[in-house]
Amino acid sequence: MSQLYSFLPMLLQGLVTTIQITVVAAVIATVVATVCGVIRYSGWWPLRAIVGIYIEIFRGTSCYVQLFWAFFVLPLLGVTLSPFAAAVVVIGLNVGSYGSEVVRGALKAVPRGQWEACVALNYSTWHKYRYVIVPQAMRLAIAPMANLMVDLLKITPLVSLVTISDLTYEAMVVRQQTGNSFATFLTILVVYFVLSSAIIAVFRRLEIHFSRGAETFATNKEAAAT
Amino acid sequence: MTFDFDFALQVLPDLVRGFAITIQATVGGSVLALALGLAFALANRSENRLLRVCSGSASEFLRRTPLLVQLFFIFYVLPDVGIVIPPIWAGILALGLHSSAYMSEVYRAGIEAVPKGQWEAALALNYHPVQTWRRVILPQAIPPMVPALGNYVVLMFKETALLAVITVPEAMNTARDIGNSTYQYTEPVTVVGILYLLISIPVVLALRFIERRVHQEAA
Amino acid sequence: MTGKTNLSIKAVGGTGSSQVAEFPYRETRLAQSADKQVEFRSIEKRYGHHQVLSDLSLSIKRGEKLSLIGPSGSGKTTVLRILMTLETIQGGSIWIDGKPLWHEERNGQLVKASQQHLRRQRAKIGMVFQHFNLFPHMTALENISQPQRIVLGRPRVEADVQALELLDMVGLRERAHHYPAQLSGGQKQRVAIARALAMKPEIMLFDEITSALDPELVEEVLNVLREIGRTSDMTMLLVTHEMTFAKEFSDRVLFMDGGRIVEEGEPDQLFSAPTQDRTRSFLRKIIAAGQRI
Repeated sequence: MSQLYSFLPMLLQGLVTTIQITVVAAVIATVVATVCGVIRYSGWWPLRAIVGIYIEIFRGTSCYVQLFWAFFVLPLLGVTLSPFAAAVVVIGLNVGSYGSEVVRGALKAVPRGQWEACVALNYSTWHKYRYVIVPQAMRLAIAPMANLMVDLLKITPLVSLVTISDLTYEAMVVRQQTGNSFATFLTILVVYFVLSSAIIAVFRRLEIHFSRGAETFATNKEAAAT
Repeated sequence: MTFDFDFALQVLPDLVRGFAITIQATVGGSVLALALGLAFALANRSENRLLRVCSGSASEFLRRTPLLVQLFFIFYVLPDVGIVIPPIWAGILALGLHSSAYMSEVYRAGIEAVPKGQWEAALALNYHPVQTWRRVILPQAIPPMVPALGNYVVLMFKETALLAVITVPEAMNTARDIGNSTYQYTEPVTVVGILYLLISIPVVLALRFIERRVHQEAA
Repeated sequence: MTGKTNLSIKAVGGTGSSQVAEFPYRETRLAQSADKQVEFRSIEKRYGHHQVLSDLSLSIKRGEKLSLIGPSGSGKTTVLRILMTLETIQGGSIWIDGKPLWHEERNGQLVKASQQHLRRQRAKIGMVFQHFNLFPHMTALENISQPQRIVLGRPRVEADVQALELLDMVGLRERAHHYPAQLSGGQKQRVAIARALAMKPEIMLFDEITSALDPELVEEVLNVLREIGRTSDMTMLLVTHEMTFAKEFSDRVLFMDGGRIVEEGEPDQLFSAPTQDRTRSFLRKIIAAGQRI
């Protein structure tokens, strides 16, 4: 176990890369999920169809296949991205495709009466989403989004298979040099566990922040059912 | 650079053979996950506090750590402690363990959805606890779970591609090998992607259909 | 196009101008054509194969207080919803102040209305819903003040002052900073009425606004309505099951059944001497259910 200490700087460097990839990919995923979710919910039908195809492709294949494709096929097609860029784009699009369904579901869950009130008060489309729909949908989307972000963190080790030195990659190197598989992998499993738990904690705080007046959701739903 | 259809056709049989292993791993992993998931769910409801805490934290840990690292852990650590199993079994073990943690949540929700009156009726009729579970609760709880459990099976099917990294000769590994020896990656990797879609999309559509049916019956 | 020559004069809005001071939202209109502020012409409305409204024509005078009654499924709520543009129509046209609602005149032809046209026309109409539809993430005050700011572009202070005055009018000033979840059904509905009034509509639609309330809370909402009827000259359309209130409040009552107007008339005449069998049998059922008319 003690020999592992000398390799800590390596693991730390890997951890930094993992966090960078997670954060950048999470931003991409959130933007993609929001835009595609809104289109899927209320877009012009050709756009909706295109987004639908994107979602089915990314949800229908393994993220590993997608990464592999981006690393080995895209360059042959003349698109050269840095490994980091390719990784965050693929992971962002992959998680974004799941996220768009979360966003669509959350928009669908905002009671119909809220949309109608916006018409009756003559809100523009932008104001309707900005002030009424999104704040309510956000609250509904946070819990599933937290799970998605944990999933995102958990697929980042795939980048170690395509030459990026993230935490898992560094762990493989350490394992080879020390021969201590158990301690190495246990260490990074714990690190990933802590990172996941941190993501969940952050989203819990967000959920509390967005729960203003939350109790009415229940009463609104009852009202909508009658 | 164009897509070489002849080459794609030429490697297709090898890739399909690889897919046979992909499917074997998925089936093996699913059986394990379905059984272990139920075990987790029942343990989480146990009256024994220690058992509850242990199963709860184990499934939480499995859910909050990456499958790939779990896979490495099982593949590299088991031989160190003298347990030597074929790579595919290590893969099935990792897939099954990882999924079981998610499936236990599906079971939990399904079990909680059975009305309290059903438990009370079983008690009033003096059913043995085992009978209550087997004859009353699970028969009602499991059908509505089918779509959710199915989604996790589909997810596992896609994650099986990871088994390539522990030398299991499944579809993705085959594609990689073909690429490494011919320097043509485009065709094998694209064909693998399409094969994945060909299997996963119909299954997903079928699950959605079942889900609608289940909802209609509930309504 | 809307028969402007047919000038029947109607006293606008209840009891005259002495009330203006009490009620800050009175629209002071100069001599306008009082006739036919709203006109439905041969409206067709279907949901799939289900015909909701068939060949429905209806004129509403400026300042008129009109109640729509009838069994559920008769299409009375749909009349309000299509006027609010919550539902589209399959045939016919709706005219407000001599301008079509769903269409626009371009080069002498009627074409489908643009969003701008719809928003301009919609600005004249306000609606109060059966289930309130307050925004749950905003306080009562924000619910009333925000729409004024972002739709009418009023400055924040002005909007808040208006909101507080309206909350005063509906007797809820001390609840200004409560969220909808912290209010009773009757209080929510009063806030919803205030929110709609704040937008200064010329036409107000009330869609079964007491139907979702516990019986003991109905009266506090109806009292607000009485106050508005007494002090304002807005055109008001009510869909209601409160026959006593409809009789007391309206200038004209419409009985609808099966997507058509079966009978209309002044409240006294319609309630005491209905001419149609269907109206009679409906009113009998209402009385049998315990309502006094």
